[in-house]
Amino acid sequence: MPPDLKPFTSVARSPFAAAAGRARAIRWAQGLAGVAVFLVAAEIAGLLIPQTVLPRMSTVLSQAAGLAGNGQFLSDMAATLEAWAVGLLITVAAGVPLGLLLGSLPGVRFATRAIVEFLRPIPSVALILLVSLVVGSGLRMTVTLIVYAGIWPVLYNVIAGLDDVDPVAKDTLRAFGFGRLAVIRLVSLPSAAPFILTGIRIASSVALILDIGAGYVTGRINGPGIGAFISDANSGAGNTPLVLAATVWAGFLGLALNGLLVWAGDRLLPWHRASLGPTGQAGVPGRAQRLDHPEAAAAGTAS
Amino acid sequence: MLEVTDLTRAYGTAGSAHLALKDVSLRVADGELVSIVGPSGCGKSTLLRCVAGLLPPTSGQVVLNGTPVTRVPGRLGVVFQDYSRSLYPWLSVRDNVALPLRRTMRGRPARRQAAAASLAAVGLTDAGHRYPWQLSGGMQQRVAIARALACDPVLLLMDEPFGSVDAQTREDLEDLILRVRAERGITILLVTHDIDESVYVGDRVIVLTPGPGQIRADLAAPLPQPRDQITTKELPEFVHLRSEVSRLVRGKPLAPSDDTPAPSDDTPARAAAPAKPGAS
Repeated sequence: MPPDLKPFTSVARSPFAAAAGRARAIRWAQGLAGVAVFLVAAEIAGLLIPQTVLPRMSTVLSQAAGLAGNGQFLSDMAATLEAWAVGLLITVAAGVPLGLLLGSLPGVRFATRAIVEFLRPIPSVALILLVSLVVGSGLRMTVTLIVYAGIWPVLYNVIAGLDDVDPVAKDTLRAFGFGRLAVIRLVSLPSAAPFILTGIRIASSVALILDIGAGYVTGRINGPGIGAFISDANSGAGNTPLVLAATVWAGFLGLALNGLLVWAGDRLLPWHRASLGPTGQAGVPGRAQRLDHPEAAAAGTAS
Repeated sequence: MLEVTDLTRAYGTAGSAHLALKDVSLRVADGELVSIVGPSGCGKSTLLRCVAGLLPPTSGQVVLNGTPVTRVPGRLGVVFQDYSRSLYPWLSVRDNVALPLRRTMRGRPARRQAAAASLAAVGLTDAGHRYPWQLSGGMQQRVAIARALACDPVLLLMDEPFGSVDAQTREDLEDLILRVRAERGITILLVTHDIDESVYVGDRVIVLTPGPGQIRADLAAPLPQPRDQITTKELPEFVHLRSEVSRLVRGKPLAPSDDTPAPSDDTPARAAAPAKPGAS
């Protein structure tokens, strides 16, 4: 047995795992303490400030709890989730292939650069009324806005992920006689997957903003949704606690959807977090070495 | 038979071109293990990439077994220095080794079986289900070697393959390569900056000049086989040869006892030590 065969270190049972567990517990405790301090401070502020300006935190939270049993609110929540899911699905289905195309064909990327740089900074909220005029109101409008706003982070992260693929990783497969498409499929795509996932997570939160924002701006005529619910609540006097209660739910929804995507990402790409090492802070192993081999780097870019 | 003729490679555009290799010619017989040594930046890796068909030469040509290399030739194995960059972290060790076989071998079970056999050949029978980042550097480089061997190559190109592992592991890997060569008769081109290594593993040692890389010397290393990390390195021939290579790499005149003309710093090195194709 060669000597370098011995040090099989188990990642799961390493002493780092116990330390990481402790660190996680401390982080949770700190997070919960922060929330508790905020809630108490908000409650005290509510006692000092007139209820019409800032409702008491306890009132908001009890109203939020009440919304869990409110049929109207629940169907609005379901509609919001539906628009989010449909919109994100279309965003990913369009953004990932488009990003792969732009990321692997520099010519196409430069040709489309001007138009992309013009379209991207337009705030999607500014398009709400325009889109409702063009495609009409309802789910179609919300989804259109979500796709328009969400496609940029997906597109940019796919391209950044492809740019980040190690030239040595690609050359390795080329040296085994594989062609361009095979290199994209077998090396570039899996290597860029963590970036793509990040893009999808950003797109998800953008989708939720547009989802609720469009409902809020256009109101109930755009169909059900948390935005429409807030808009309705806002129209009645003295409903500030209800508006805030619905907003609290919108916040929880965003938190939950992001958590869902993080969880799914860890399941889909178990290698990614693990290969970063126990601290999770080191870069992809070997990435740092890239610059100290200028000859290889030059060869990689020249080819 | 691998024949490299007047290979020149420049980077950049015509105006600001940087010449990495200039008129490199060499001939490698089947089953020969040739070390290429030189100071950093001498174009060693560029030479290997041109031979691999990964990089088109600016002028000159590479011919492998009578066929000019214009793209990556079949039955080629390549091992890069940075195992952490050339092994894929999303694949298990076994699937890393099996991946290149997708081009030539049908069916996942067959490929996995071939991968397991190749891993066994480099002493990694039990590591197949692990991931590369769970292994030590030396083991990762063994995986990269197993992957190159799984394709049953006739030509194996190694670009500073042992530059990132510790000294003990390095010696083990050098012996692994010598054993594989003895068993399979693969032609091997091994680029290194380690002078001891170049002499220890090579049948021949080719010394390149600093950029643009030209052949300064092409020396036979007639040390007895099988080589041994301790006894071979004790031999006077080894000591002499390593000193000679060392002088050539540093660009210093050769020892007076040597019968080849000494290259001095002001004369082109190629004139001082002409490398005729097939000189060995």
